[in-house]
Amino acid sequence: MEWFLANIDMVLERSGQHLVLALVPMVLGLVISLPLAQLARQNRALRSVVLTASSLLYTIPSLALFIILPTILGTRILDPLNVVVALTIYAVALLVRAALDAFDSVSEDVGQAAVAMGYKPLARFLRVDLPLSLPVMFAGLRVVSVSNISLVSVAALLGIGNLGMLFTSGLQRGFITEIVVGIIAILVLALLMDALLVLLERLLTPWERAGKIRPGLVPAAEGDRA
Amino acid sequence: MSNVFTDTFAWLADPLHWTGAAGIPARLGEHLQYTGLVMLIAVAIAVPVGMYVGHTGRGRVAVVALAGALRALPTLGLLTLFVLLAGIGLMPPIWALVILTVPPLLAGTYAGISSVDRNVVDAARAMGMTELQVLFRAELPNALTVMFGGFRTGVLQVIATVSVVAYINLGGLGRYLFDGLVLSDFPQMLGGSLLIAALAIAVDLVLSLFQRLFLATGASGQSRRSQQAAADLTDPVLTEAVVQGGKS
Repeated sequence: MEWFLANIDMVLERSGQHLVLALVPMVLGLVISLPLAQLARQNRALRSVVLTASSLLYTIPSLALFIILPTILGTRILDPLNVVVALTIYAVALLVRAALDAFDSVSEDVGQAAVAMGYKPLARFLRVDLPLSLPVMFAGLRVVSVSNISLVSVAALLGIGNLGMLFTSGLQRGFITEIVVGIIAILVLALLMDALLVLLERLLTPWERAGKIRPGLVPAAEGDRA
Repeated sequence: MSNVFTDTFAWLADPLHWTGAAGIPARLGEHLQYTGLVMLIAVAIAVPVGMYVGHTGRGRVAVVALAGALRALPTLGLLTLFVLLAGIGLMPPIWALVILTVPPLLAGTYAGISSVDRNVVDAARAMGMTELQVLFRAELPNALTVMFGGFRTGVLQVIATVSVVAYINLGGLGRYLFDGLVLSDFPQMLGGSLLIAALAIAVDLVLSLFQRLFLATGASGQSRRSQQAAADLTDPVLTEAVVQGGKS
């Protein structure tokens, strides 16, 4: 506790770096995967290419990707950009799948009704399909948020600044307190982000609360519907 | 940039790097050994607990919450903490890896068992099966596909995390990354990374092939497979054997 108070500035600075490295990829991933999923929905061949490629890329371990990317991007190995690109790839891989499930979760009748009311394709996508798919989409975003925050710490092994540095320096100095502070800080970040996402979802989908029982966290139940 | 590729290719092709205790086959063997050991322990813990929770429904909330919370735990933090608490050696990082692997396996087992059609379970009970028979002859065979999904996720996660374990003076393919980092030997780092990526993709392919061959999801395939499995899986020991079969 004393060590934490004495080093609070450093922990906060590392937390800031950590959050940026975790959140920028999440936002980029969302921006890329929404249109990609919508295109994949309209084209069967593209759909299978996107699904195969995303699961293949997701399979590559993060530490390996952090090292492979500099040769492709022409960056230095210490460049935080490698981490951002790597985590964006993982985020897209997860979110494309989530977005496809999310769009599939919108009933076709609702879409047809929107078309009948005169919605053009883009307006229908933005004002009918997208809002109604938010609950499933947010489930995917919460997974990405937690996994990104945990993955960023691996980049500290290569010397890229974030909370993971507390682990490497704690191990080198044999100082347990530092490691425990790092673990707690990362858990707090993950919980905060999760709470923020839940709050955001509630704000964006007021109709979900109108006397409906929320389904449990079992993904299998989602699959049954499809 | 192009000479990085030729250097890496030269590093990978150098026969010196394919022999001895620090050679690629030896490191690959270590990598697979750690992965196997972790999966063995994790399956032995997660499958029985997941089956109990899935069958009885007791502790469902706790399992879901635990799986969620453990997902947020940073791998590297847990590894370094275990090493400082328990000392250098094989087992501290292995236990840390087990802790990280149990949640996806537990969630997969639980989700698999509880996703089995309630009518099937009730029918089994109506036929006079005991609770254990219901679990092993009705629920488990129908849950295998979902359970295997959790197992596949777990294996890939362990393969990825074992690369990080090399940071703590253990072997495995991750050694090339950290040895290369210390020596500023980028071709060695890149070569090691490519090997790790190739290993992960290859293992995933083998697992998906196994899934397609032995755990068919097609409607007719599944019912036939379930009946066969129902005959085979009356013994709890066999569940582990089935899951281990995916490990190459």
